[in-house]
Parts: sequence; C-alpha cells; structure tokens
Amino acid sequence: MPFKIIASQCTGCSACESECPNVAITEKGGTFVIDPKKCTECIGHFDEPQCVAVCPVDNTCVIDTSFARFQVRA
Amino acid sequence: MDAPTQQEASSIGNEIGEITQLNAVQMRCGRNSGGGTTGCGSPAGRGDIPAETWEKVKNHPCYSEQAHHHYARMHVGVAPACNIQCNYCNRKYDCTNESRPGVVSERLTPEQAARKVMAVASTVPQMTVVGIAGPGDPLANPEKTFKTFELIREVAPDLKLCMSTNGLALPDHIDTIKKLNVDHVTITINMVDPEIGAKIYPWIFYKHKRYTGIQAAKILNDRQLQGVEMLAKLGILCKINSVMIPGINDQHLIEVNKAVKWRGAFLHNIVPLISSPEHGTVFGLRGQRGPTPGELKALHDSCEGDMHMMRHCRQCRADAVGLLGEDRRAEFTTEKIMQMDVKYDVESRKIYQSNIEEERSAKTIAERADLTKCADDDSDIKVLVAVATKGSGLINEHFGHAKEFQVYELSTSGVKFVGHRPVDVYCQGGYAEERNLGTIIRSINDCHAVFIAKIGGCPRAELIGAGVEPVDLYAYEPIDKSTSAWFEAYLDRVNSGAIKHIELGDPAICRSTLISAA
Ligand code: SF4
Ligand code: SF4
Ligand code: SF4
Repeated sequence: MPFKIIASQCTGCSACESECPNVAITEKGGTFVIDPKKCTECIGHFDEPQCVAVCPVDNTCVIDTSFARFQVRA
Repeated sequence: MDAPTQQEASSIGNEIGEITQLNAVQMRCGRNSGGGTTGCGSPAGRGDIPAETWEKVKNHPCYSEQAHHHYARMHVGVAPACNIQCNYCNRKYDCTNESRPGVVSERLTPEQAARKVMAVASTVPQMTVVGIAGPGDPLANPEKTFKTFELIREVAPDLKLCMSTNGLALPDHIDTIKKLNVDHVTITINMVDPEIGAKIYPWIFYKHKRYTGIQAAKILNDRQLQGVEMLAKLGILCKINSVMIPGINDQHLIEVNKAVKWRGAFLHNIVPLISSPEHGTVFGLRGQRGPTPGELKALHDSCEGDMHMMRHCRQCRADAVGLLGEDRRAEFTTEKIMQMDVKYDVESRKIYQSNIEEERSAKTIAERADLTKCADDDSDIKVLVAVATKGSGLINEHFGHAKEFQVYELSTSGVKFVGHRPVDVYCQGGYAEERNLGTIIRSINDCHAVFIAKIGGCPRAELIGAGVEPVDLYAYEPIDKSTSAWFEAYLDRVNSGAIKHIELGDPAICRSTLISAA
C-alpha cells in the first residue's frame, strides 16, 4: 500500500520530497502530496519508508489503505 | 537547522584559521597583539578575541558588540527541511503575526533569495552579512543553500556568508563550504553527553534511518564535534550556539564550552530557552521553563575565561533584515523586491563602509581616553545598570518608548555588556500602559539604575520605589562614558556613607516579552 500525506498536518517543510527514492512526492499549494502510482513504500531501497522517518509531524505520512500492497516484481 | 527556534536564528558565527594557536594566545593575558590593549583587559568591543579573528569579525553585527551599531545583516529562509527534531522547535509554527526567534514567514527559492539580498544590499549599504539559518537546516537542504550562496557570490563578492546548522550533515559538506568561501558556520551544540542529548532530541534522520534516544544523541554529537574540528582545520570561523535549558543542560554547558573550545570554536553564544505552551513545542507543552536573566548571567560568567562569550545576541527572527534590534523585513517582501530596481555597486558600498570605520575608530580613541578614571579605586563593588538606547552607543531613548534595555555591569575594571532585556513598551501612541510598567520594572530590578533620555513623573516614582534609580542626567551621551561617570559618583556616595550599597536579586523577566522582540 502506498503512503499518503495528511495535508492538514503537513508543515510544508519539504523534507520528505528530497528523500523519496521514487520522486513520488511533490508540492501542491503549500503542502506535499504522494503520487500513489510512484510510491513503492521504499521497499527495495531502504529499511524504512523515508517520508515517515524524516517527517517532523508524527502520523502525517501514513499508509493509504485504499490501495493494494506494493509487490516487488520478481 | 536549527535555526528555527531560538537559537539559531540569531547569529550565525564562525571563524578562523590557526585556531589552536590562536586559542593559546587567547588564554594568556597581555598577549593580545593588537595594540592598545589595557593590561589584561581588552579594547572596547573586542573582548578576548585574538587579533586575527577580530579582524575578521569586527564588521560583523552579530559578533562585535560595537559593530552591531554600524552594520546590518540579513537572513534568508530557503531551507525549510530538517534532519533532526529538537524539543524546543515546532516546525508547524510559522505565521506572519508571529515574531519569534527562528521563525520566518516567507520561504524563498534560491533565485528569490538572491534577489532579495541584492535589493537589501543596494538599499542598506551597512549590510555586510547574509546568513542562512532556519527554519530547517541549511545542510539538510544543501542544493538550495549552496545555490543561494553561489548566486550571491556571483553578484556580490564583498558580502560575508554564514550559516547555522545542527551539525548532523556538516562533515559531508565541508568542502563545498570551503569552496564557496563561507565565512562563518554556527553549530548549535547543546550537549556532549548523549544521556543529556536524549532529553533534548527525540530523533535524528541519518543515513536513511530514524534513530532515537541515546543512540541518536551520540551520532549527532559525534558529527557536531567532528564538524567543529574540520572547520577549524580549514580556517573557517566556527561559533557555537547553545540553548540553556534549566534542569537539563544548564550546568552541563560549562563542559560543552570546554569541549568546543579546545576543538577550535572561537565564540560561544549561550541563549536562553524560549518556551511557552502557545508555541506547541515539546518543552513548551511540558512546562519546561527558560532560565532567568540571573541564571543566564551566572552561566556566562562561569564559562568566561574559558572562551569568549557572546552576550549581545538578540535571538533574531530567521528572516530579520537590518541592524540588530531594528527589523526592516517589512520593506523587503517578495512582492516589493520584485518591483525594485536593483543596482549592486560594490564601490559605493566600500566608500560608505570606510566612512563608518573612520567614525568608529575616532570614537573608540575618544572613549578610551575617557575611561581610564575609575582605575585607581579598588572597590570590588559591581552593579548592573539598564540603558534605554536606540543604538549608536548612546543613551537616546525615552523610558516610555524603550522596547528593550541594554544591561551593563559596572565595576572598577570597566563597563561590561551583559545582555538585552526586551520589554513591552510602556507608552503606546501617547498613552501609558500601566499594566506594562510593573513588568518592565520587574525585568530590570536587578539593576541599580536605569539610564534614559527622558522619563515621566509617574514611572520615575515607581522606579525609585522599586530601588532602581532613574538617571536622565546623561541624555544623548555615550553609554560607556556616562555609566562610568555615574559609577564613580556611586562609589563616592558609598564611600562617604551617603548611601549603602546593597546587592539586588534576580529579576522576574516575562518570557513572553522576549518573543515579540524581533
Ligand atoms: S514510502 Fe518511500 S517511496 Fe513512498 S512516498 Fe514515502 S519515501 Fe516515497
Ligand atoms: S516531511 Fe512531513 S511535514 Fe514535511 S513536507 Fe513532508 S509530509 Fe509535510
Ligand atoms: S528541529 Fe531542526 S529546525 Fe528545529 S531547531 Fe532543531 S535543528 Fe533547527
């Protein structure tokens, strides 16, 4: 499942943007959004989702359960 | 970096080359090569900074207690991301009504920032220093930070560049910092003991992982100290900022002071924690208090001697523009600078600044001649006095209009600057704010006198009642000279038995006033 950003909590600090290995995060009107098609949950890149690890506001980058879990293509 | 909150913001520091060697000079009395040194003391404004370093910082408003009357600095906020979390920082907080250290209301792109710098520098010829501090860490945003510096360097080679960082990423970027000829780097170091660090930093983000607790604090501190050493080796001035947090690192900062000093930092700026619940920081919500002015002064005094201490930091907003204590940022909003016709003229700036220098040195010589009088009295009485000033080293503010008081310690060894006390203005638009009078008096009631250009009858009576003597005899005269003259007379009065010297206690400063103090 990709991650999403809860816009009302985002400080717009941009820390997540440069950490995402898939360039899935971009700015939209002062806050940041994740493109669910690009997010791989950081699987295969890092041990933890980078947006979650760097975000200063806890529970702002969260799993978007409306999508299926990301599968590493074999 | 850390700019954002308090600390950083303020001043961005830095410096020097053969630091180890210089420190050796610094520790020994009478070896200041600069000439004009009076015994163990130091020439006005220079403190115990070695001569070579002084050359580099004398025109820096944040380092030289004198220069800040003459030179201006500006900060540009281009680096909002951060790689650590501090318990005194809330990065959610950033609104235009809020004026508190470290806060910026405008986030600029490197191109906008460079344009703003040019606009300010061509309007304000005293502007000599451009800093990147918070909110965020300049080195957690290396592309934006370095791009901004590059753009400024192209057009304005005469401006000094500085940055404030939490130090976590510093060792990785040291070569670029050197290449861009950054003058000063300030690192905020609040501990050298990871157990203490764990109480200040809930986490850090390092090498793609979030670390917490003691492990996080240990990595952070190792990287910070490594950064100090690397800067010293490259001859880049390194200043340390520390936030004094009572009950957590207050006593420990003496150790921090030693640790950074021998590694080559040239200046230590200990700033008080500013915390109130409205800021929504962890410390604010937990009710962690900041230090009282007396506690801060005691800590400064106990670190003094080990290293030059900075005492005049005002914990500026991260986007402050202009002379310290005079924020002109409203004149330079993005909208306004885009319309300004900007011409950067290095030559005319140089001429302007050399005029400032002439005036300054003439003034220093005159002041020194005036200051030798007290020296044969051997009283060990020390008193604090507050001064209402708009700058230029003069007593030139009305009591009712003062937004802050400068506090000096007077003794037979001279006049020593102790710090700023921001207050809520007593007279607003012609009406006296009676409510504020009590807080103002409480915030300076460790002072034996307050020097003002003018004062009304009612506050005069209340000050006298509180044991603070209002002195308007020296209106529009230089601070050093006037306070020494008053002190000499004070000692005479004590010696003749006309008055009895009493020690005063710690004032109850209202922290909220600090917040609105630009
Ligand atoms: S989880 Fe990883 S891939 Fe997905 S948005 Fe966050 S940083 Fe990018
Ligand atoms: S790190 Fe968090 S607060 Fe910062 S931009 Fe990303 S989602 Fe927003
Ligand atoms: S969390 Fe980051 S931005 Fe805030 S004070 Fe600490 S270092 Fe500076």
